[in-house]
Amino acid sequence: MSMPFYVSPEQVMKDRADYARKGIARGRSLVALECAEGIVMVAQNQSRTLYKISEVYDRIAFAGVGKYNEFQMLKIGGVRLADMKGFQYSREDVTANSLANAYAQTLGQVFTNEMKPYEVEILVAQVGATQEEPNELFHILYDGTLMDESDYTVLGGDAERIGDALEGTFRPGLSLAEAIQIGAKSLADEGATLGADQLEVAALERGRPRRAFRRVTGDELLGILS
Amino acid sequence: MNETPLLPIFSEGSDPGPSFLNLLRRVAPDSLQMPQAIPGQALPFELAHGTTVLAIRCEGGVVMAGDRRATSGNSIANRRIEKLFAADEYSGVAIAGTAGLAIEMVRLFQVQLEHYEKIEGAALSLEGKANQLSQMVRANLPAAMQGLVVVPLFAGFDKRRDRGRVFSYDAVGGKYEEADFSANGSGAVHARNWIKAAWSEGISADDAISISIRSLFAAADEDTATGGPDLVRGIYPLVAVINSEGFKFLDEADVAARSQLLLDGPERGGSA
Repeated sequence: MSMPFYVSPEQVMKDRADYARKGIARGRSLVALECAEGIVMVAQNQSRTLYKISEVYDRIAFAGVGKYNEFQMLKIGGVRLADMKGFQYSREDVTANSLANAYAQTLGQVFTNEMKPYEVEILVAQVGATQEEPNELFHILYDGTLMDESDYTVLGGDAERIGDALEGTFRPGLSLAEAIQIGAKSLADEGATLGADQLEVAALERGRPRRAFRRVTGDELLGILS
Repeated sequence: MNETPLLPIFSEGSDPGPSFLNLLRRVAPDSLQMPQAIPGQALPFELAHGTTVLAIRCEGGVVMAGDRRATSGNSIANRRIEKLFAADEYSGVAIAGTAGLAIEMVRLFQVQLEHYEKIEGAALSLEGKANQLSQMVRANLPAAMQGLVVVPLFAGFDKRRDRGRVFSYDAVGGKYEEADFSANGSGAVHARNWIKAAWSEGISADDAISISIRSLFAAADEDTATGGPDLVRGIYPLVAVINSEGFKFLDEADVAARSQLLLDGPERGGSA
């Protein structure tokens, strides 16, 4: 009878975390910034059909980086949870906070119990209903670590460099267009620029009736980036 | 099923797909449970009924409208009930029949459309939305046999065909596309006749709005279950326009002003 080799729990967790981090680092990054109108999300994404940023509920958006099929599955889970809650209780009872907690629970569970962890990092963003009500940015890691951030947040393997770039350029009260410009610039490599066809941009705008989410595409995006 | 805490994630084979209805059936079937009726027995109580609603195709879209009365037997159950709803950005649904069930059906229909759009990343076609509603009406058949009928009217702007379309239903979920207009509920006969006399191909949305207000007045004039404009309390019909820019309710002040015109119109006379 063969005995399995003993591997310490610390080593198991470290291996899993390394595995997940490597997977995430292979993909492109994403930034979310608060602006005067609400929240802007900018991702490096060549595809016009496979989105990284999606609408979840009236004032809530989801964004993911890493393995597409995994964060897509998480997105669908979030939409389901939100729509069920909104239907069974009320639309006002659906909050980014409870969604982010559900995501953290799920990712943590998968990280410790499943064969392989999810190679994803996700964002749950909620725009405040009024100027006074604060926006919320929940950044959740592959192991279920949940962080509540403000001003801006960066998802992906290149987060440190992008974060440094944003630290120098971000300021509160940016306009939507400025926030998109700064976000796009921070994602680009040193000395390079990203065109509209390499970016996926979406916003949660406070002023829109009920559904705050919209994509910024086409001529509008070209105009902002030029 | 892969039971993860809180987040509903399914394994292949048990996945409900983009349908919110299927999701509820799987996760929370209780919230869809219909009251079990006793066959052959009338209900021992009166329920609120919604009455006249209509939809008129016009240039570039559709106009929908509904009166504000709900009746329970021969009493008025509600003076300002809303029977016309935005189903999504480009379509509307108006209901006649048992108000309690109808309003819940609309709520479910609205979530069903938005849920599909969010999961799939693209909205259903207008035809697809109309078929979804058909299935919901059919699911209500056991209650309908008991007298709890819900018959919606569905209309919207078909982006692929670039025009407005109107669908009516019957109690078993039969879906019928109407060429030009339709009305539903107890005052529908009168409303429909009025529309028929005034409608012509290519009428403007503005004319269709006037026709809808006049025809609801005509229905209220003849049918006790349909409410007319209430100048004392300031209760007016709900009217909405759906075109390439989406679904939009008319301002109450606008409907009020248009209803005031009835005071000087032919409706003033003509009492039989």
